[in-house]
Amino acid sequence: MTAIPVDDNTVQDPTRRAPLVLGDADLASVTQTVCEIAERPRPPTSWYVAFAVSVALTGGLFAAVGYLIVTGIGVLGNNSPVYWGWPIVNFVFWIGIGHAGTLISAILFLFRQRWRTSINRFAEAMTLFAVACAGVFPAVHVGRIWLVYWLAPYPNQMDLWPNFRSPLLWDVVAISTYGTVSALFWYLGMIPDLATLRDRATSRWRQLLYGLFALGWRGSATQWHRFEWAYLLLAALATPLVLSVHSVVSFDFAVAQVPGWHTTIFPPYFVAGAIFSGCAMVVTLAVPARAYFGLKSLITMRHLDNMNKLILGTSLLVGYAYGVEVFMAWYGGNMYEAFAFANRALGPYAWAYWLMVTCNVIVPQLFWIRKCRTTPWIMFLIAVLVNVGMWMERFVIIVSSLGRDFLPSSWGMFKPTAVDVMMLVGSFGLFFTLFLLFCRYLPMVAMAEVKAVLPPDRGPAPAVEVD
Amino acid sequence: MDQAARETDSKQVAGLLAEFDGPQALKAAASGVREAGYTRFEAYSPFPVHGIDAAMGRRRTLLPWLVLGGGIAGGLGALLLQWWTNAVDYPYLISGKPWFSLPANIPVVFEAIILLSALAAFGGGLALSGLPELFHPLLSCARFRRATTDGFFLGIDASDPQFDESRTAALLRSLGAGETELYDRPRTEQKVPRPLVMAVVVAACLALLPPLWIARVRATRSASPRLHLVSDMDFQPKYLPQQSSPLFGDGRAMRPPVEGTMAVDQRGDDPHLLRGEVEGQPATTFPVAVTSDRMKRGRSRYDIYCATCHGLAGDGDGITSQLAFEREEPKWVRPLSVHSQVVRDQPVGQLFQTISDGIRTMPGYSSQISVEDRWAVVLYVLALQRGRHATLEDVPTELRRHLDTALQGDARTPDTER
Repeated sequence: MTAIPVDDNTVQDPTRRAPLVLGDADLASVTQTVCEIAERPRPPTSWYVAFAVSVALTGGLFAAVGYLIVTGIGVLGNNSPVYWGWPIVNFVFWIGIGHAGTLISAILFLFRQRWRTSINRFAEAMTLFAVACAGVFPAVHVGRIWLVYWLAPYPNQMDLWPNFRSPLLWDVVAISTYGTVSALFWYLGMIPDLATLRDRATSRWRQLLYGLFALGWRGSATQWHRFEWAYLLLAALATPLVLSVHSVVSFDFAVAQVPGWHTTIFPPYFVAGAIFSGCAMVVTLAVPARAYFGLKSLITMRHLDNMNKLILGTSLLVGYAYGVEVFMAWYGGNMYEAFAFANRALGPYAWAYWLMVTCNVIVPQLFWIRKCRTTPWIMFLIAVLVNVGMWMERFVIIVSSLGRDFLPSSWGMFKPTAVDVMMLVGSFGLFFTLFLLFCRYLPMVAMAEVKAVLPPDRGPAPAVEVD
Repeated sequence: MDQAARETDSKQVAGLLAEFDGPQALKAAASGVREAGYTRFEAYSPFPVHGIDAAMGRRRTLLPWLVLGGGIAGGLGALLLQWWTNAVDYPYLISGKPWFSLPANIPVVFEAIILLSALAAFGGGLALSGLPELFHPLLSCARFRRATTDGFFLGIDASDPQFDESRTAALLRSLGAGETELYDRPRTEQKVPRPLVMAVVVAACLALLPPLWIARVRATRSASPRLHLVSDMDFQPKYLPQQSSPLFGDGRAMRPPVEGTMAVDQRGDDPHLLRGEVEGQPATTFPVAVTSDRMKRGRSRYDIYCATCHGLAGDGDGITSQLAFEREEPKWVRPLSVHSQVVRDQPVGQLFQTISDGIRTMPGYSSQISVEDRWAVVLYVLALQRGRHATLEDVPTELRRHLDTALQGDARTPDTER
């Protein structure tokens, strides 16, 4: 039997515990590796190039939104019979992306999956930025955006209250709660690391700004005790929250009577799809980021391998849901439902349906092969295809169902406009702008958490913990 | 030693800081310091050291109870909000379901529980940790900066009853401390510059002006139209009556009728029939034949168009009016009773004009009721007035016998007999 190479932690060997951090990292070097990214006086030119492109695209998003607000929603492709076009497709797509971040940071934390520590910080950041991108779409596509505060229950001279028994209002409540809790969770976890940056700061400005956001953290035993409790409780709260958010989003569809939407499988199906797409986005971001910022010893191949296994697992769940949908359409005996699915697979949007099935069900099966799970460019390619497939899934659900519902005389096709395209592309710009700023100025890896999982023989050993 | 070389004012000393090798040494030292009778000390580490709370003799935090409280408050609050707004204050009828149906309220209750618990966990966690605390003596101690990277420190506060600079330092060294160092309170109290304070005060006062202005506007009346921040569809690019337009030769936006245009009911020019006028004065006679059939026709039109406000008997107590009073509609004007002296004194022509053109808040009915039918309604109104104010003498002698039996026989009134 050949010895396992020291720098390969993807091999399952029951006689040893695979290291979570590679190389000869110790407490100081973990800090040094993570902090120096945020402390470089000038990031490399390629960062500026990426940032310029992202900012330009974000500008395109804002220009499109501004034009939309000033002119009216007629500038979008939404029209009879497809009144929910790309804005809702993009909204569901982005909100789904966010779910993997919460899965990694909260659910894996509760399950004591300690490998999560290296990737949870930027997975959470991804959640937050994805929720920000998602929030843009429902807000601007309501038409008179300046009256959007009508959604809030406040006493008003119209003597009206919002209807709390509407899925659209549940959506508002769920998304805003999700955004708030994700932000709190992310920020709370980052306070000790911000204090590290504060203590290493060499300029007065950095010291003041990091100091302000570190809130005076000193790492005292009392603070750590409260911090761990608060973090554990937030994780315990975020776990049911993340399951509820995409369930509520699916109610927007499932509670309506449109064939293809009115089905009880939607909540679990949406949650599985959300985690699937989010894990793919984590891999899409992690593969270039770890190579680019020199984090290969912290975000190891084992992390990516685990993420790819998650993608494979959720891909099977999603494929199962597609199958059950088709089965229900046939077994349910409802002619409209049956037609909706025949129309998806064979109708004018068949290309979208089969693209979705290919990207989401067939392509991820490559992850059964170990070589595909551990080769960066292959997993990156698969992850990008999964992102495409998951966008297509929402497109198929929304557009093909609305385009051909009960009354053949009101069937129609959906045609996106330039504004639609600009808003979709621009939302990626916004996402990457925020992500690049995060990489540049904030600790990308949860240093304090990684230090707690270092092997005991590296420098000062952490207290042995049995749990 | 550092502290010996330094000139220290004992009042300036905030505490003593000692560095240890690692988490195990720190834990042992914390235990030792506690056994020596110290109470005001704290251990600092770059990551949580498990078991150190027990070594320091610290109790568990109250935080879980705070979070439970937040969750209960969120759940009950959301339930109360939905019940009050959707079942009591503004009941929503949704597909005939009960006003308050719990299952449909669960999603919002659930989200509110999570939101308030999470806010309690975050806010409570920070507050119980004494954060934010942007100024602390330790933060100005250069050595301590390694506490967030790889340093393990024990700090004993100078306010501890057991604290003594040399004895405490000796104790810490006996517990395995590498370096010990006294740390000071900040020498000068850093004060916020006075102009900055003034600027903040002035800005805060100015910030109160907009809400005060809004409150004043909300509480008072104004004759000018409301402000339009966003005009919505109040102002549309279209021509209104009497506006000018460069599109037409005569400069008017309103177009005169095409030559030869005739009004819908312009039969000849009979002011008596069409406008209820005789020589410019309200007519006192009917321009149409007064017959029993016409009166019955008038009753059917009256019951359709007039009775909703004026009441079936003309008392001004129709169902719309009753409802308006019940709801305390501020702009509602009670319809006149047709039996009031003012109305009874009016000539038929004036009644006709009121029905045709409307009066006060009553709209005109010329577009809905034809000319003949309007005269029929006038006739029926006269009949109502006559019936209300009739005496026995008005009843023909040969019919008075029926009247007696009718009054004695049952309680039927002429109204219900219709």
